[in-house]
Amino acid sequence: MNMREELLVLAVLAGVLAAASAISLVLRLRAGGQPGPVLDNLSARIKAWWVMIVLLGAAFLAGRHAVTLLFAFASFVALREFITLTPTARADHFALFMSFFVVLPLQYWLVWTSWYGFFAVLIPVYAFLILPVTAALSGDPRNFLARTAETQWGLMISVYCISHVPALLNLDIPGYRGRDALLVIFLLTVVQASDVLQYVWGKLLGRHKISPRLSPSKTVEGLIGGAACATALGASLWRLTPFRPLQAAGMALIVTVMGFLGGLAMSAIKRDRGVKDWGHLIEGHGGMLDRLDSVAFSAPIFFHLTRYFFTP
Amino acid sequence: MLEELVASLITGGTRLLTGAQARWLGCGPGREQRVYFANHASHVDFILIWSVLPGSLRRRTRPVAAADYWSRGAVRRYLIRRVFRGVEIARGGFERAHNPIAAMRRAIDEGSSLILFPEGTRGPGGEAQPFKAGIYHLAEACAGLELVPVWIDNAYRVMPKGVPLPVPLLCSVAFGTPLRLEAGEGKPEFLERLRRSLMELGNL
Repeated sequence: MNMREELLVLAVLAGVLAAASAISLVLRLRAGGQPGPVLDNLSARIKAWWVMIVLLGAAFLAGRHAVTLLFAFASFVALREFITLTPTARADHFALFMSFFVVLPLQYWLVWTSWYGFFAVLIPVYAFLILPVTAALSGDPRNFLARTAETQWGLMISVYCISHVPALLNLDIPGYRGRDALLVIFLLTVVQASDVLQYVWGKLLGRHKISPRLSPSKTVEGLIGGAACATALGASLWRLTPFRPLQAAGMALIVTVMGFLGGLAMSAIKRDRGVKDWGHLIEGHGGMLDRLDSVAFSAPIFFHLTRYFFTP
Repeated sequence: MLEELVASLITGGTRLLTGAQARWLGCGPGREQRVYFANHASHVDFILIWSVLPGSLRRRTRPVAAADYWSRGAVRRYLIRRVFRGVEIARGGFERAHNPIAAMRRAIDEGSSLILFPEGTRGPGGEAQPFKAGIYHLAEACAGLELVPVWIDNAYRVMPKGVPLPVPLLCSVAFGTPLRLEAGEGKPEFLERLRRSLMELGNL
């Protein structure tokens, strides 16, 4: 990988984040003793992004395998959050053990070795067929379909989908060799920016709630404003990508919309389970899945569009 | 030296696997001498409590362990004696030669805190089983002893009874308000009061 370009981009992002931290600090000081939930949420997000940017920077410096390992760890934490909130039975124990200690490492080993054919089918085909069989052999039919579906969903979202982020490094795009880490940065920047832009637009202008029962903070105004800004941001980053400006805008729009819908679907699970956050990775500030839900839904689509249209 | 290393491998691994966090709800991680009594449904229960205690407390906190289980095999013996420094007691009736209360009392007199599972054995998870009388006799033998309820959440899903492999799930360990044996309090009332305090902690 050509390090300089990635680190330059990360340095710019760190600058943006430093500005955000400064603004958040000023707002906190102006609020005096009681910063309130909105400001708390803001500083939690900023803190999470600092962690992300430092870890990503270190991983990019250490090379593509380190990026793969980083996302393998993210998948581990995400799957742990998912299964913790899922009512599993004792009969699922072996299937769950296999999910964590066989399927997950295997999936990332396939990323590591660029074995695309197996990477694409391991979880949707092999895990999908074999894990329910191991659960069935344990002989407990109660809620069998629901339990099986939940384990499979956990694997799909937390492992399969998230593993498509480091898999971007394996795409062999003509004329883009050695720069593929920038594609990861492009995806993550657009998704995270769109998350926060939707939030900001929603706070400023939000009136019409899209789905008050699932996620009261998501509004039509927030979605339109956020998606428009994130699309513009994506277009402006086109030089980092193998795309032309309009293509970059289109990709950013798709990624944004998928991220939004993903956030909604994941909220539905949280509402059903009666929790606000997936976990407490940074104490009191939500879990890994709270930060990666939109990435999980956009990464595979982004990967396949890029693969279909931009690789031979 | 080696024991320290093994201990930190075990506690570090447990925290990595379960993301376990201590929730000090009814008391702080103070240096008082205590008996931590907890619900029991998994082999990882004791290790979880041990892992979330701050290092300085962990070194002074010893688990009360069933001798028949832990004396089987060299690895178990090494772990319970050298690493966990457990207080090994015999399970069963009171007519046994080895008096478990005396063993626990000795550890208390030496300044240690104890981790105790008053259900006596692992349950199915969820509701705590009725308590055995040992904790009452211990409280009677050591006047003014602080008993801290500890509710372990989710550990029975990490490693249920009869399963040798752990599944990584998020666990939490809640520490409740310390209790003491009141003057004139009878055995059944005392045991029921302890059990209730534990269940209330679990429902928080």
